[in-house]
Amino acid sequence: MTSSPEFREITLTVNGREHRVRIAPGETLAYLLRERLGLTGTKIGCEEAECGACTVEVDGEPVVSCIFPAEKAHGRHVLTIEGLARDENGHLVLHPLQQAFVEHGAVQCGFCIPGQIMTAHALLRHNPEPSREDIRHALKDTLCRCGGYPSIESAIQAAARALREGTPVPRPEIPPSIRAGRVVGRPRPRPDAVDKVTGRAIFTDDLKFPGMLYARVLRAEVPHGILRGLDVSQARQMPGVHAVLTAEDLPAARTHGLIVSDWPILVGVGERIRYVGDALAIVAADTPDRAEEALAAIRVDIEELPPLTDPVQALQPDAPRLHEGGNLLKHIKVRKGDVEAGFAQADVVLEHTFHTPIYEHAFLEPECSIAVPQPDGSMYVYVGSQIPYADRRQVAAALGLPEEKVRIVGQHMGGGFGGKEDIAGQIHAALLAQATGRPVKLLFSRRESMMVHPKRHATQIRVRIGAKKDGRLVAVQTELYGDTGAYASLGEKVMTRATTHSAGPYEVPHVKADCYAVYTNNPPAGAFRGFGVTQSAFAIESMMDMLAHALGMDPVEIRRKNALREGSVTSTGQVLREGVGLLECIEKVEAEMRRLSDGQDPFRPRRVPGKPHLVRAWGFAVAFKNTGLGGGAPDQSTVEVELLPEGVLEVRTSAAELGQGLVAVLQLIAAEETGLGPDRVRVLVMDTGRTPDGGPTTASRQTAVTGNAARLAAQGLLKAVQAWASEYYDCPPEAVAFRGDALVAGDRTVALPHLVQAMRDAGLEPRTRFTYHAPETRPLGQPGDMHFAFSFAAQAAEVEVNTRTGEVRVLRVISANDVGMAVNPLGLKGQIEGGVAMGIGTALTERFIVENGRVVTDRLARYRIPSIVHMPEEVHPIVVEHPARGGPYGAKGVGEIVSIPTAPAITNAIYHAVGVRVDRLPVDQEVLLLALTTR
Amino acid sequence: MRRLWNLYLRPRTVPEALRAIHEAPQPAAFIAGGTDLLLDIETGRHPRPHTLVDVTDVDELQALEVRGDRLFVGAAVPVARVAASPLVRTHAQALAEACALIAGPQVRNLATLGGNVAHALPAADGTIALVALDAQAEVASPRGRRRVPLETLFLGPGRSALGHDELLVGFYLPLARPGQASAFRRVMRPQGVALPILNAAVWLRREGDRVADVGIAMGPSGPVPRRLRATEAALRGHALTPERVAAAKEALLREARFRTSKFRASETYRRLLAGVLLEEALQTAWARAGTA
Repeated sequence: MTSSPEFREITLTVNGREHRVRIAPGETLAYLLRERLGLTGTKIGCEEAECGACTVEVDGEPVVSCIFPAEKAHGRHVLTIEGLARDENGHLVLHPLQQAFVEHGAVQCGFCIPGQIMTAHALLRHNPEPSREDIRHALKDTLCRCGGYPSIESAIQAAARALREGTPVPRPEIPPSIRAGRVVGRPRPRPDAVDKVTGRAIFTDDLKFPGMLYARVLRAEVPHGILRGLDVSQARQMPGVHAVLTAEDLPAARTHGLIVSDWPILVGVGERIRYVGDALAIVAADTPDRAEEALAAIRVDIEELPPLTDPVQALQPDAPRLHEGGNLLKHIKVRKGDVEAGFAQADVVLEHTFHTPIYEHAFLEPECSIAVPQPDGSMYVYVGSQIPYADRRQVAAALGLPEEKVRIVGQHMGGGFGGKEDIAGQIHAALLAQATGRPVKLLFSRRESMMVHPKRHATQIRVRIGAKKDGRLVAVQTELYGDTGAYASLGEKVMTRATTHSAGPYEVPHVKADCYAVYTNNPPAGAFRGFGVTQSAFAIESMMDMLAHALGMDPVEIRRKNALREGSVTSTGQVLREGVGLLECIEKVEAEMRRLSDGQDPFRPRRVPGKPHLVRAWGFAVAFKNTGLGGGAPDQSTVEVELLPEGVLEVRTSAAELGQGLVAVLQLIAAEETGLGPDRVRVLVMDTGRTPDGGPTTASRQTAVTGNAARLAAQGLLKAVQAWASEYYDCPPEAVAFRGDALVAGDRTVALPHLVQAMRDAGLEPRTRFTYHAPETRPLGQPGDMHFAFSFAAQAAEVEVNTRTGEVRVLRVISANDVGMAVNPLGLKGQIEGGVAMGIGTALTERFIVENGRVVTDRLARYRIPSIVHMPEEVHPIVVEHPARGGPYGAKGVGEIVSIPTAPAITNAIYHAVGVRVDRLPVDQEVLLLALTTR
Repeated sequence: MRRLWNLYLRPRTVPEALRAIHEAPQPAAFIAGGTDLLLDIETGRHPRPHTLVDVTDVDELQALEVRGDRLFVGAAVPVARVAASPLVRTHAQALAEACALIAGPQVRNLATLGGNVAHALPAADGTIALVALDAQAEVASPRGRRRVPLETLFLGPGRSALGHDELLVGFYLPLARPGQASAFRRVMRPQGVALPILNAAVWLRREGDRVADVGIAMGPSGPVPRRLRATEAALRGHALTPERVAAAKEALLREARFRTSKFRASETYRRLLAGVLLEEALQTAWARAGTA
């Protein structure tokens, strides 16, 4: 291809350096920067000018480089993220914007950050003192799915001030944990932040290997049918095409799956197609274009069948059976007391049905896998995955190799949110690499990403609730239908969580819950931040407000009265012994909400003076969410810590860093326990060749489970060093300690490299490994603890409804979260902001549309995640710390709880503002306006 | 990204551009910012061209200036520049407001006013403002140049009346005189396709308490962007009383052809919004005209 006569040469200046580059026809500036100049800091999130990740400056103006023809850059000056920091005598000097993003915790997964910083850089060029509105106007289309918009905003303002005044970047004021130690509990920028603001952080698609081929997957594009014929002969003959594989070519396993292996790696002739994303053939070629052309040359014969598109329909006796065992994946039951006896005692009984749609994770980094065959017959797979060891098991099974012959080498991940737990392209890339003997990259297009990976379950939830006149709950009965789509994924677990949490964080004497997780021909549904509880919380929290209204009670009071507290018994019969901070969350949010309401009832509608068609009110909601796998599943994590000769303590585990900040948490814990400075601690994650199994990164479990493993491993190392050093340096063990970057033994100070050398000379490896087992849990239906800890939250949202148009804006959100202990308050702030942002998406902006099994919302232009303009004026975070017995320093999970109460808080606020009950997410402004005008 | 073109040309003058589109390997198409066109090619809504003729280096298409009694806005002026231009803000507030609402700055710096018009969508923000402002378009072709009312450039949704070898040079807008002003307003849906549910642009000339003249456009109110003349007639020459506004709303609902767009808005919702947007844009323009 390099000999093509169509190539032409252009000249452009990039980051102050002139380049003469030969470019191919059809090339974009983003491609030129990434592939020809190796400037991979510019990210590609959508290739449709929607997400802004690829923003660079051309002649001082920000543009999206993903649709900017490279020819157009001829003679121009281009500035990329790599051009902002300066090198001063070998020292990296960050631009104030970069520094501010680091200090203010504006960096999470980091994939959008180059685009955010470049957009902000262009803003400050024109406007050195931007207001909040200016920033929001400028960053409107630069999306951040981690949702750290408030921190991005404050970082830009801090940088602007530093630039104007020539002073250092002001730091944010973030209070430490009430149980802060020397370093844990104190805010600290994450260790990967500098790499992420300079563009040096490597994500999978940034990697290249010699001789690498490019893969594409032929998708069924039909929701239900039988594959009758597949002719790949022509595609196999095409020049530049190195392999075309079908189900006939599978060397070993034919299916994959995290729990149930029901998902075909490739659908074979005569087999059933169960959703549009099913893979029929895979291709590896010299270039992505060639691979695409080869797909087009494959002839496919599908006998189409009518799709099953909703779970109720799929349970009808005459419905076709999508899987051998039928269409019911699982009937999940929760029983406590005698629900009918409970309703008989009730003064008020209400019943209502709620609906939630499918939601898409929309992580900004599309799935990418690169498989690289090794000379010894093993296979390396470079990928950003939430469960590296599950990838290893499934890839090995597919290749017919022992697990040790597969190494998953985790890369920085541009977000996951549960959507990178299942296999995406790992197996396909590895099969093609095995067949060709060459490295193979499989990068999903945005459309493919949105079509293929498992989503959040769409649900239908009926709630029947009974209470006494004073608001005390006596009975709750729920019936849930969850659309688990074509394959099991984590559907059973997700819907179990939805069911066990469906009576809310309340003590209810009589509970009966039935859930049906059902296969359909929609895209599979699996893990998504909140793990089923997002859906059931919307239903029960709406119902609680309806109950308060029916009883004439205050919405906060009714929750306080029924809230779980120490000694309460949950719906599954678990006695909560400690770590129940729900009441404190409720009280703190209530106090702040009432303070902001200036003594008026926050739940009464208020018209905006001068604009009476704009009506405001507050809404309130609470939630709880388990930390850890629970339900009897063994929940363990292994961490290895080792002092390295370069004087660094390395913490190794395969727990995943997907943006949530685990690497900072583990760094702080290891530093705290050893006494070393955090800058002496390096955290290595997600590499099955070098890091022991940390278990899946799901269920908000890593801070608690892997955090404990890190704590105990570090303690073990310290003890081993103390034992050895006390003898070697002849001092009592208690006189041996790490201080900053050295070991102190009696009156001697030993540099770490010397210590490592001395121990090794003595035949000792300064290394320990610890496997932490979380407290045992019991399966649903058995007495005892189903979970070892729960996080709790309360949120209040103030909305404004435009009664002329039905439009809804969220003005302020107060979010209190009982996280046990805030290990890194800076990271926690980002998680809270991001959780609120995602909750706003759940309530207002996101709706994944599947029509007759076909995905309508297959681009970011059709599936809108919250932008900075959707953020409230204020997200007020409140940290509540009721320690969990088993957690490190009492810490429990935070990743999910922060996002769960937002949607019902918003819909409850809408009800208080205009009296319309939203029982179907997302809020539809048209439905709202019609309700307002027809009553 | 798949290869969307083979040859990319960057002419510097209108004659060069016209020659290029004619002589280059076919199929050939003009391109400006490409923010719509390239995505249309990628998704197959537009046939894949061999040659793209980029007109953004043509100086004449980049002009933004007063020419005689008209404001000229070159077709290749990025909408970011239109939105920020003091001239546009003075003479055509509705256009500045519309252009400021299009996408984000990284797209506004590429997307052009000409592209907005050539794309011929019935609710394109810039186009709706131009129509209400009674803009004329200058079109160049091998057969010469012509100046036509903007409304004549549209055949149907996404179908432009411009021939394959015709190039939009720019737009002529009347200069605002005392008592004249305009305004733009739109409603979006937070979910789904980023197209307005409904937008509205109003230009008017105010004499005392009377609407001496008025131009109104709303999108989508039919297959093509157009003036709503019956609605205008209900207001023209009358004092802006609540009764008059009500009469104009009635005329609007009779005249406009609102329809249901799947997953975006029902006809019923659009009819509810139409009166709201008309009134809000009208009152804003009225207030501005009082101080102009």
